[in-house]
Amino acid sequence: MATEILMPALSPTMEEGTLAKWLVKEGDTVSSGDIMAEIETDKATMEFEAVDEGIVGKIVVAEGTEGVKVNDVIAILVEEGEAVPEAGAAPAPAAAPAAAAPQAAPAVAAAPAAPAVDTTPDWPADVEVKSTTVREALRDAMAEEMRRDEDVFLMGEEVAEYQGAYKISQGLLDEFGAKRVIDTPITEHGFAGIATGAAFGGLKPIVEFMTFNFAMQAIDHLINSAAKTLYMSGGQMGAPMVFRGPNGAAARVGAQHSQDYAAWYMQIPGLKVVMPYSAADAKGLMKTAIRDPNPVIFLENEIMYGKSFDVPVMDDFTIPFGKAKIERTGNDVTIVSFGIGMTYALAAAEKLAEEGINAEVINLRTLRPMDTETILASVRKTNRCVTVEEGWPQGSVGGYISGVIMQEAFDYLDAPVITCTGKDVPMPYAANLEKHALLTADEVVDACKKVTYR
Amino acid sequence: MPPKKAAAKPNVSAEELLGHYREMLLIRRFEEKAGQLYGMGLIGGFCHLYIGQEAVVVGLEAAAEEGDKRVTSYRDHGHMLACGMDPKGIMAELTGREGGFSKGKGGSMHMFSKEKHFYGGHGIVGAQVPLGAGLAFSDKYKGNDRVTFTYFGDGAANQGQVYETYNMAELWDLPVVFVIENNGYAMGTSVVRSTKSPSLWERGAAYGIEGEEVDGMDVLAVKAAGERAVAHCRAGKGPYILEVKTYRYRGHSMSDPAKYRTREEVQKMRDERDPIEQVRDMLLTGKHATEDDLKAIDKEIKAIVNDAAEFSKESPEPALEELWTDIYAEVEA
Repeated sequence: MATEILMPALSPTMEEGTLAKWLVKEGDTVSSGDIMAEIETDKATMEFEAVDEGIVGKIVVAEGTEGVKVNDVIAILVEEGEAVPEAGAAPAPAAAPAAAAPQAAPAVAAAPAAPAVDTTPDWPADVEVKSTTVREALRDAMAEEMRRDEDVFLMGEEVAEYQGAYKISQGLLDEFGAKRVIDTPITEHGFAGIATGAAFGGLKPIVEFMTFNFAMQAIDHLINSAAKTLYMSGGQMGAPMVFRGPNGAAARVGAQHSQDYAAWYMQIPGLKVVMPYSAADAKGLMKTAIRDPNPVIFLENEIMYGKSFDVPVMDDFTIPFGKAKIERTGNDVTIVSFGIGMTYALAAAEKLAEEGINAEVINLRTLRPMDTETILASVRKTNRCVTVEEGWPQGSVGGYISGVIMQEAFDYLDAPVITCTGKDVPMPYAANLEKHALLTADEVVDACKKVTYR
Repeated sequence: MPPKKAAAKPNVSAEELLGHYREMLLIRRFEEKAGQLYGMGLIGGFCHLYIGQEAVVVGLEAAAEEGDKRVTSYRDHGHMLACGMDPKGIMAELTGREGGFSKGKGGSMHMFSKEKHFYGGHGIVGAQVPLGAGLAFSDKYKGNDRVTFTYFGDGAANQGQVYETYNMAELWDLPVVFVIENNGYAMGTSVVRSTKSPSLWERGAAYGIEGEEVDGMDVLAVKAAGERAVAHCRAGKGPYILEVKTYRYRGHSMSDPAKYRTREEVQKMRDERDPIEQVRDMLLTGKHATEDDLKAIDKEIKAIVNDAAEFSKESPEPALEELWTDIYAEVEA
């Protein structure tokens, strides 16, 4: 049976090319792998190999021909003793693929219709609470989940024998042993990859980065390996794991140790991104993160580790992702923040209250999924919004939130949204400069006054 | 040099040898067909063919047992065929169709099979190396004796994460076989132009990892080395490195004109070292098979590959709803 040889596409972008040279002539016998011709593409001159066995019955396109379209018949192979059919008469090797134009993706709102805002409290009113530091809450959450599930383990620099660079893993080695609380060498890229592979293999790793600044060494595995595999595998396998550690500025540690990565990770589909404020947030969200079958970026803050908050005394206290908490109700302006930004937001709200401005303060807690419904419902009530974060202004979390508000609640706004952020500079070391580079509660107060025209 | 006449070796049965021939031929014919479909515009983007390297995966799969894992780079079609993944599902992934292993969402470089313990298909050079060690970590953690084959090229062998992984794999005695598929060229850069120390496996010595160099054009040599490596890992002695010297006949990807080497170099390799021809020779000279037997196998393989190609054309493109699925795994209630 005759086989048509078609002009091949030899690059992802090639539409036509020049048949530079034939290396076979009519009557030659070819077998698969033999080089038949040289073809000039838009990039280079390529050799073109035979796939099928046969005799070159006819060369349809002469060498030197330019502008030969991809999939045009350039030669016909026949079997021994077979007559050469006319080009186009041989059975077509394949139909061109149906070129279905992708439909435009829906704009921002890919999510289903807005659910009602969930304002149920994190724990029942009659539950006893205990004052707990964020540090203890994180440790307790990990310990509880490690007791609950043998597949959960903790890996990172100084997490075991040193008891944690910031003492978050204090006592875990004693309780769970070296098999499940694992000191790594200083090799973020490598251990983030190993932990991701372990998650592919069915375990539930918790990876501690001594700070998220060091996770930049490993970010390829967080994004390309952990976040994208479920999608790339058509749902067959993913990475049920937590990457956690302190994020953002601490104190006087300079530019390379002081970056807030909230906006970076928030952008990645396939990741969930958590940034707790209180000890209760830290505990409830960490337990949820460990149980989540997806990779979770859990952004802590060194300054918050020693702060105490009420944590409910319950057997199994969890906080769902995607549920913001209204920390303070008010009607005059909505302040949206997360993580350590909440300290500025709440301090500002106190000061504003003294001046008769009642701010509603929303603690987002998770940035992906983000509870935009709670933000929008509040803005529809206050008609004003100020966002607060320590990260940089360009491509900030607040910038995204203001975009959502503009698209979803434009008619409710009585003033432009103001995004309060860290200054657009690398973090300086000098005490006075560092203070200026960071956000202050007064800046939040000023922004709230501006949007309320006071 | 005349064509290498490998004598039939005593450590393999005629049946096994025929099996290796069949599997290598399947990979070669599949890849030739993939190249053809790429030429017709049915396969897009990047497409890295495995032609010439068939003995590596076929030899190592012969040393593997059920439950062993494997992970590799973007030059992954051969690994998937060798571990028993359905050629139809692979080809349909290449054409971006619903019937592909990743429902058309992964493509040539990103394919997986939980059932066959194939963990990808990774597009970032070297990233699969710690991932493979992590898979081995999971087996050690669970207390079984399964082994993970972690394949990477001579190009990836210069990535820093490979050596971070060597260190931890040996430190923690992870049951991982690091397989360096040294085909001589990292895209267009030959090993001698990128690497001062020509022996890649010996770098493991700095981490206390044992290893060896293997003739990657000889499927039986690969298998024998694979068995030594696997025995080492299963015995709890930690990782093992195999530097398998192989050769790719085609360009780095479909759009590589391969001007960094001569046509004569490629032809010489094909004429003298071809892994399939070597086995064919052994089968015929050892009278383990007749020309007719081999022709029958050729015909059978051709039919399998043609069926895969047909399936990959007929399988519909994924439904547009698939754009929005598999981004997150559902949280159990």
